[in-house]
Amino acid sequence: MQYLTDRKRAQGLGAGGAGAHHHWVEIATSIALLFIVPLAIFVFGFGMGGTREEVLAYFAHPFVAIVLSICLIIGIYHIKLETLAAVEDYVHGIKGKLTQIAVTGFSYVLIGTGLFAIARIAF
Amino acid sequence: MAQFTLPKNSKITQGKTWPKPEGATNVRKFKIYRWNPDDGQNPRVDTYFLDMDKCGPMILDALIKIKNEIDPTLTFRRSCREGICGSCAMNIDGINTLACIYGLDEVKGDVKIYPLPHMPVVKDLIPDLTHFYAQHASIMPWLETKTNRPAKEWKQSIEDRKKLDGLYECVMCASCSTSCPSYWWNGDRYLGPAALLHAYRWIIDSRDEATGERLDQLEDPFKLYRCHTIMNCTNTCPKGLNPAKAIAEIKKMMVERVV
Repeated sequence: MQYLTDRKRAQGLGAGGAGAHHHWVEIATSIALLFIVPLAIFVFGFGMGGTREEVLAYFAHPFVAIVLSICLIIGIYHIKLETLAAVEDYVHGIKGKLTQIAVTGFSYVLIGTGLFAIARIAF
Repeated sequence: MAQFTLPKNSKITQGKTWPKPEGATNVRKFKIYRWNPDDGQNPRVDTYFLDMDKCGPMILDALIKIKNEIDPTLTFRRSCREGICGSCAMNIDGINTLACIYGLDEVKGDVKIYPLPHMPVVKDLIPDLTHFYAQHASIMPWLETKTNRPAKEWKQSIEDRKKLDGLYECVMCASCSTSCPSYWWNGDRYLGPAALLHAYRWIIDSRDEATGERLDQLEDPFKLYRCHTIMNCTNTCPKGLNPAKAIAEIKKMMVERVV
């Protein structure tokens, strides 16, 4: 049991001095995704239906590889930000911190794996 | 971890059903949450019947009639009975609102009355608002100035005064904060719509000189950024205010500072 005044309990450790950047990046990535996702879907779908060699040649084109890479990076980074917000909402204490580390790590692994796959086709 | 189920000692049981008024033809059923910290029992829902021909038009009229004529142990807060004091905020028919300005005719079927959700209950319909008030105090709800006090008064233009409309009317009833899921799960750290609306009221006050400090105090993933624009606060506010917009305005100011 802690004998804290109501005011001290409400103020806690004070403001963390962070949050605005996270909020701004969330908005910026959402707006970017609004344009990049339809483009990526169109570009991806356009390459379907050929032989294996034709499809590989299509995805090796710099424009296609760059569009898909940008979509992958921004998309997963945005999902990471939103997932971290959900984790902060519902998982508290040490479990919350470990989950945040896991989500962050997993997101970067996904980005790295995706970029490696695109690069392997492109080069 | 957020707790999604009630602990055993908070599960609501069937309560007492009080007799119907004799000879009444226009009878209405009221189901009211009851909990007494002194009897060691779980919360229960008691059922009351009122003769609507002898009852005032508001929910608070019905509660007062029940307390006066049926069950004097029923406990609730009330004071001004005209939506100014904010005392009688409770959950009526699933909506957080003020009992004194919520009409009985606005509820269809049985009238179900519970205390404001997700707050510790002191007794029956009375929530413990200690932390809520402390959070309000923490945003410094007063004019902060650095300039020497003027001889007569701090002046404010009509246009600047108009910016406070829709903000100063908040009566701190806690209906908005207790309707917010983010406040349910993180009420210990998230300030909630009411405190943030008041924070914005002082941030945009043209006479206040602590704007930067006020924003600094809110720059926190929990104090401000737990708001996910769910809008329950605006939907439920019995005074028709828009706390969600006030919070969005604070977020915009935060972005302006860093971008």
